[in-house]
Amino acid sequence: MKIENGKLKVGVLALQGGFAEHVHLLQKIGVEAFEIRKRQDLEQDFDGLIIPGGESTVIGKLLDELELFIPLKVKIDGGLPVFGTCAGLILLANRFHVIDIQVKRNAYGRQLGSFAIEAEMKGAGMIPMVFIRAPYIESAGKNVEILSVVEGHIVAAREKNILVTSFHPELTEDTKIHRYFLNIVRENIG
Amino acid sequence: MNNERYELNKNLAQMLKGGVIMDVSTPEQARIAEDAGAAAVMALERIPADIRAAGGVSRMSDPKMIRGIQEAVSIPVMAKVRIGHFVEAQILEALEIDYIDESEVLSPADDKFHIEKTKFRVPFVCGAKNLGEALRRIAEGASMIRTKGEPGTGDVVQAVRHIRLIMSEIRRVQNLREDELYHEAKELAVPVDLLRYVRDNGRLPVVNFAAGGVATPADAALMMQLGAEGVFVGSGIFKSGNPAKRAQAIVKAVTNYNDSAILAEISADLGEAMVGINEQEIKLLMAERGI
Repeated sequence: MKIENGKLKVGVLALQGGFAEHVHLLQKIGVEAFEIRKRQDLEQDFDGLIIPGGESTVIGKLLDELELFIPLKVKIDGGLPVFGTCAGLILLANRFHVIDIQVKRNAYGRQLGSFAIEAEMKGAGMIPMVFIRAPYIESAGKNVEILSVVEGHIVAAREKNILVTSFHPELTEDTKIHRYFLNIVRENIG
Repeated sequence: MNNERYELNKNLAQMLKGGVIMDVSTPEQARIAEDAGAAAVMALERIPADIRAAGGVSRMSDPKMIRGIQEAVSIPVMAKVRIGHFVEAQILEALEIDYIDESEVLSPADDKFHIEKTKFRVPFVCGAKNLGEALRRIAEGASMIRTKGEPGTGDVVQAVRHIRLIMSEIRRVQNLREDELYHEAKELAVPVDLLRYVRDNGRLPVVNFAAGGVATPADAALMMQLGAEGVFVGSGIFKSGNPAKRAQAIVKAVTNYNDSAILAEISADLGEAMVGINEQEIKLLMAERGI
């Protein structure tokens, strides 16, 4: 039997960047969301984690300084479903090393290279995609499922419990990708 | 500028939220700021405290210096133009700057008109000390707002005054009836649709940072608790005894602005803060520029 959204609890890493937008979308689909800013915030049980967009250098540094990196790494290695957008994608690939992808940072250049487009994502449908000084995935390992390709570059992918997009679904009101992520969360609960 | 570009520019500001934007004047300072956790840097030849000390006319920075900083860091780079100086803005757009600050810190180039920012593809941030100024700048095309504060003083009193005023005006507008809204738009000299957005959403239509006089982690947390969504720190970092350590502490203060135990820990042993000048001791009030 499908677990209802209302029974799921997702933590949003709230060190810097677009965390409030993720919390908003989760609440919109009835999921309990909470912010993670310090170690004590990890003392509760939760079913999934979102690492938002922002500056990956800032979030990466604060993960260490606030002693969040190791406890989160342990949870992710233990199978906790994680969804990373933009900076979150970079951190999951280059810091946590939990998805086998090569990432090109600021791949579209500076702010003048930022753009929005509508494109297909496997399993989620047509998605409005907002790219802000975004990275893309240059190559992916054999266990990585490629979910979306825009203008020849991989912009969404999944490996086991890890979902990443180089764009920002949280900057739109479209909840399809968040609902897709919740299905990964449900699979994990079993 | 089309509507999609404006949305993308507002979106970049959303990604800076919860972050600290630091003034830097050399590539080396830019790297220190990035390593300390700056969400973006503001490239300018002289930080506000030095502009204030030097006097004279203060202008856009040398493009060569700005390029040097763009090459030194991966985070967004901002730079300032004089109020109304749309050619300086054209030059910064040609440099592909990530954000232009049309700033009262520099000498105004136009004492009447601001830049028509809708003509540009790059985003603009502008200073405001009340709701009317904020909404006028947004109507002109600003995709991010910051309080003016009083730059280069290390005295937070004006930034506090401005953020308190903006937040209290927003709360007041939230209680207006539709017929009262038209009158209020007239009084504030702002477009009624922007004012209606504020009433319906209880916030500005763009991200709102604090700026001007922030010198300590406690100052930064104060601005966040008063409703700012992030903080600009100008002179407060590189005019202090230990810039890297102070910068890191301010970054952490903005993330955990509500946690007094963390604030107590990071406020300890930072070395000397910038000396600062009290607002009564200064002759030039930059916040009065560009209303």
